[in-house]
Amino acid sequence: MSTDTATPEAASTADRPPSPAPARAPKRRSWLGLWFVLPFVAVYAVFMIWPMLLGLYYSFTDKSLTGRPVEWIGLENWIEAFGDPAAMDSLWNTAWFTILSTPPLVVLGLAFALLAHRARRLGWFLRLSFFAPFVIPVSVVTMVWLWMYQPAGGLFNHYLGEWGLGGDHLWAFQQDAMGSVVVTTVWWTLGFNFLLYLAALQTIPAEVYEAADIDGANSLQKLWSITLPLLKRTTALVIVLQLIASLRIFDQYYLMAGGASNLATENVFIQYIYNSGFVGFRIGYASALSYILFACIIVIALIQFRLLSRRED
Amino acid sequence: MTAVQTRPEASERAPRAVKRRSRIRVTPGSALVYFAAFVLALLWLVPLLWALSTSFKPETEASLGQPIHWLPQEWSLEGYRTLFERGDHVTWMINSTVVSTIVTVLTLALCVLAAYGFSRLDFPGKKIVYGVVLAGIMVPSQALIIPLFDVVSALRMVDTYWGLALPQVVAPVMIFILKRFFDAIPRDYEEAARIDGAGHLRVLWSVILPLSGPILAAVGIFTFIGAWNNFLWPLLVANDPSIMTLPVGLGVVAGGYGLLYAQNMASAVLGALPLLIVFLIFQKQIVKGVAGVGLK
Repeated sequence: MSTDTATPEAASTADRPPSPAPARAPKRRSWLGLWFVLPFVAVYAVFMIWPMLLGLYYSFTDKSLTGRPVEWIGLENWIEAFGDPAAMDSLWNTAWFTILSTPPLVVLGLAFALLAHRARRLGWFLRLSFFAPFVIPVSVVTMVWLWMYQPAGGLFNHYLGEWGLGGDHLWAFQQDAMGSVVVTTVWWTLGFNFLLYLAALQTIPAEVYEAADIDGANSLQKLWSITLPLLKRTTALVIVLQLIASLRIFDQYYLMAGGASNLATENVFIQYIYNSGFVGFRIGYASALSYILFACIIVIALIQFRLLSRRED
Repeated sequence: MTAVQTRPEASERAPRAVKRRSRIRVTPGSALVYFAAFVLALLWLVPLLWALSTSFKPETEASLGQPIHWLPQEWSLEGYRTLFERGDHVTWMINSTVVSTIVTVLTLALCVLAAYGFSRLDFPGKKIVYGVVLAGIMVPSQALIIPLFDVVSALRMVDTYWGLALPQVVAPVMIFILKRFFDAIPRDYEEAARIDGAGHLRVLWSVILPLSGPILAAVGIFTFIGAWNNFLWPLLVANDPSIMTLPVGLGVVAGGYGLLYAQNMASAVLGALPLLIVFLIFQKQIVKGVAGVGLK
């Protein structure tokens, strides 16, 4: 709707004959610039700013999906949220997922990038293989992995059994849904961190290593005292981006461990928000929960913002 | 440090600069590295290859599972045939294409206009507006779904393409990326056009955009992939199976097909295919685009 009105605005500026005054003097203030910005700002206001304000307002009300009159209830939702064991459990599950998934995604991302950087002739193949999973839709990823995790006929249990690992070798899914989701997530999203590291490695000038070669440093010494220190800032960025991504865990957990397959009774936080709002119809309460997540992510995002803006100097 | 301080333009050239010095001496160490990298990459492809292989098995062989055969004992298109007979997969594919295209075209159009406005024009309140837009980068869309759904249903856009697409057009980070790129284009290029009396839209269209090919490609590709793969928002807003996008249809409806593995894997293969093709075609731009996140 908003773009229905916004696009014609853009079109009408297009039709207007260019007014020579602002064109000649680009630095002079005029309202013209607003017309360029307005179409985006209109969509932004309707689908970002307005929902943010609305959500904050709802969090202080008993707003319900059933549409009954809204009543202001002050801090009740917030107090309930922090005392709600199911909410706190799901928040902990999200935190646990973040704790479990971040280290392998960062460390393996770096390790794969170091390998790919040295095995340059395989570059195309390695980038394809490590990054391709990242562009695959989440439900395809979970379908394939659930199939591999199957107790009967799944690849994992077959080979775990063949190699004599783990009792009835059901580790793969039934026993540890979270572990399975983490493994799947590592496979799915590692490519992004891999590429970030690879790009950073490629900007390290060769001369840096030549000096070390003259001093007779071996590969391990070079890695430890040249490469890793030079990757410090990239690592900071990768970690921060990974934390933000992991805290947003919903899709793969919902598809693998919740929702239809329902193999785990536990939720992650966004799932709990979703359930409170759309199953429990409690929009007000779900809005308060949303703002708790929002606060967690914004803290990390602020760190990211600082990292990025320091880079500009 | 060096990695970080590289200017965006320089970073575009960096990968090429590396290729120039590809003298490889075969030492035991490098042989080991190549071997390890190759094995890992193969291992990483196993899930996809296994899905592909399963999709070509007859249903009886696929569902039985045991013993494991890496290649179908008997090649069959049964999984694909039943999939196409049911037809909903095709519907979801069309929906995803329509929604992702709307999102991509609108994002490019609106963000390019806005980025140009922020980069080249001065207007009252510009700093405040730009600040508010930038702050949006930090807002996690998942935290907005509840009130956003309320807004979209008030606009009567539930179960419509617009309801699926418009909230995804809000991409402040793309404005940030485009503005930075526009800022780096020397103003001299525009002066000539300006002197000829060209307005800002003309300058944007015939001076700025032709110089921005790679960045526009990157923004477009990433927006398209993001929109195609978005799951949570379409899950909320598309309840009618006929309006579902591919990820939601596969996750919600196809999840209920049960233990028909050949068919499941056929739909997984078909679900992965469009973006894998996009990736293969635009591999260079995508790799550069991701790299840019770290270098900027």
